[in-house]
Amino acid sequence: MASLWSNLRFRGLLYQVLVVGAVVALGGWLVHNTLVNLAARGIATGLGFLGREAGFDISESVIAFSPSDTYARALLVGLLNTLVVSGLGIVSATVLGTLIGVARLSGNWLVGRLSTVYIESIRNVPLLLQLFVWYGVVTSLPVARLALHPLPGVFLSNRGLVIPGLDWSQGWLPILDIPHLAGFNFVGGLTLSPEFAALLAGLTVYTAAFIAEIVRAGILAVPKGQTEAALSLGLSRGQILRLVILPQALRVIVPPLTSQYLNIAKNSPLAIAIGYPDLVAVSNTAINQTGQAVEGVALVMVVFLGISLALSALMNWYNKRVALVTR
Amino acid sequence: MIMQDPPIVELNGVNKWYGDFHVLKDIGLEVARGEKVVVCGPSGSGKSTMIRCINRLEEHQSGCIVVDGVELGDDLKAIEAIRRRVGMVFQSFNLFPHLTVLENLTLAPIRVAGMTPAEAADTAMALLERVRIPDQAAKYPGQLSGGQQQRVAIARALCLKPKVMLFDEPTSALDPEMVGEVLDVMTALASEGMTMICVTHEMAFARAVADTMVFMDEGRVVEVAKPALFFDHPANERTRRFLGKIIGH
Ligand SMILES: Nc1ncnc2c1ncn2[C@@H]1O[C@H](COP(=O)(O)OP(=O)(O)OP(=O)(O)O)[C@@H](O)[C@H]1O
Ligand SMILES: [Mg+2]
Repeated sequence: MASLWSNLRFRGLLYQVLVVGAVVALGGWLVHNTLVNLAARGIATGLGFLGREAGFDISESVIAFSPSDTYARALLVGLLNTLVVSGLGIVSATVLGTLIGVARLSGNWLVGRLSTVYIESIRNVPLLLQLFVWYGVVTSLPVARLALHPLPGVFLSNRGLVIPGLDWSQGWLPILDIPHLAGFNFVGGLTLSPEFAALLAGLTVYTAAFIAEIVRAGILAVPKGQTEAALSLGLSRGQILRLVILPQALRVIVPPLTSQYLNIAKNSPLAIAIGYPDLVAVSNTAINQTGQAVEGVALVMVVFLGISLALSALMNWYNKRVALVTR
Repeated sequence: MIMQDPPIVELNGVNKWYGDFHVLKDIGLEVARGEKVVVCGPSGSGKSTMIRCINRLEEHQSGCIVVDGVELGDDLKAIEAIRRRVGMVFQSFNLFPHLTVLENLTLAPIRVAGMTPAEAADTAMALLERVRIPDQAAKYPGQLSGGQQQRVAIARALCLKPKVMLFDEPTSALDPEMVGEVLDVMTALASEGMTMICVTHEMAFARAVADTMVFMDEGRVVEVAKPALFFDHPANERTRRFLGKIIGH
């Protein structure tokens, strides 16, 4: 017996069995306890509620939705809203973050300083607070009739941001659908609600500050000799950045970038603070109406887990692709 | 006669400081078309700094540098034009590790000289033949030996058909058994009439190839002489001591 106890393999196995046993016991106790309590309060369990009529409306949706649709469809609307804001946030934060990261390394003193100030101030203020600021900014914009008109086809007013869209209804090729003001509102184009615009701006500006630091570190990790070799071939600074430095910096950038992308997805439920109907906001409403908190929360957790795993897998694949070939 | 032509590279009273440190002191040097100059001198004497000034990887603070009739100043277009006419080979190869050998050679011809990819690839393959590694074209630099990488680097520096080639200790980072293959390529290049400025301590190569030897010490050009004279009857005491050290051991 003593010799068995001093056997490393046996000990390792024993500890694992004990840990698994403890986890299973705890889980079983929690499930049992919950079921007993729910039954005592007369709350139904199971996912049956998904097929029932939701009975509430959702302020914005990329697919058709009305209160007579099911809970399942309501949650799908929430999920799509989460995906849209996270997806656009990832793209715009990457672009902005890269620009600022590059600017921070620029030889121009003022540009470098400004990017440093941006990064340091944005990184150190809670995102929730920044969302309130953005929401305040967006909702205090002028009315539609006096909308800001910074670019052709782009209008910024307290109804949100209106940009040109694509009209697919005329056959195979899309037609550029340029919005214009008609009376008190805009016709044509794509309208982003103030809530959406504020959330997207908040997520973008906040995450871009972190991405900028990642990009900067990645660029600094590329040996100076690379720039010198490229300069000696007569390439311009811009070409060197694009063709030589950034492709190599990606090796260093991609892994931490992945966690920033995950952060965008995981920060998107802060939408609830400014009333953008993301997955968490919709499921909250559903939980309030049905009382099925366990199922609702579990569903949301599973969905977020799925989003995160999918993102990680995608980025891992990309990371393998940009890895350098060596002997 | 060669000497009648204006020099292709000319440094006149060139000075450079790193902060308080006076790294180049009144450098004067003329290189004729087709001339092979070998620069040597103790570590820290400013050899790299000097040749890096010729294609503006380093900026000089006073004096003038003229390359192929163009004076190096603050005009970015002039600098880029000169860089296209001056190839450079580094001690640490500095190949682009994310590009294949062929792509390393076609990058500048396509992006800088505006060649079509097909033209650029033809030129590149011809150059790879010249440095004797055409079969490695599809590989990545990380898959090659040091000697092969340096030969690719030489081919890359030649891809814009430069008029002058700068070498900064091209064999110092190589294992001894690979030095020969790189020197062979450089010797062949010299025999084709290329103007070359080489910083190297390969004295056998210098003796065989150089038209002119330049010895630098503490930021100054101390001695300029034909190799025969330089090696057998160095005029300067410091040159003598330096040669004694590197040849004597
Ligand atoms: N960026 C820099 N900042 C400050 N000092 C520098 C810098 N680069 C080089 N130096 C100094 O300038 C001097 C000359 O350097 P350089 O690289 O030209 O010498 P070298 O003759 O090429 O020497 P080696 O044989 O070691 O390559 C050295 O003392 C070096 O420390
Ligand atoms: Mg040096």
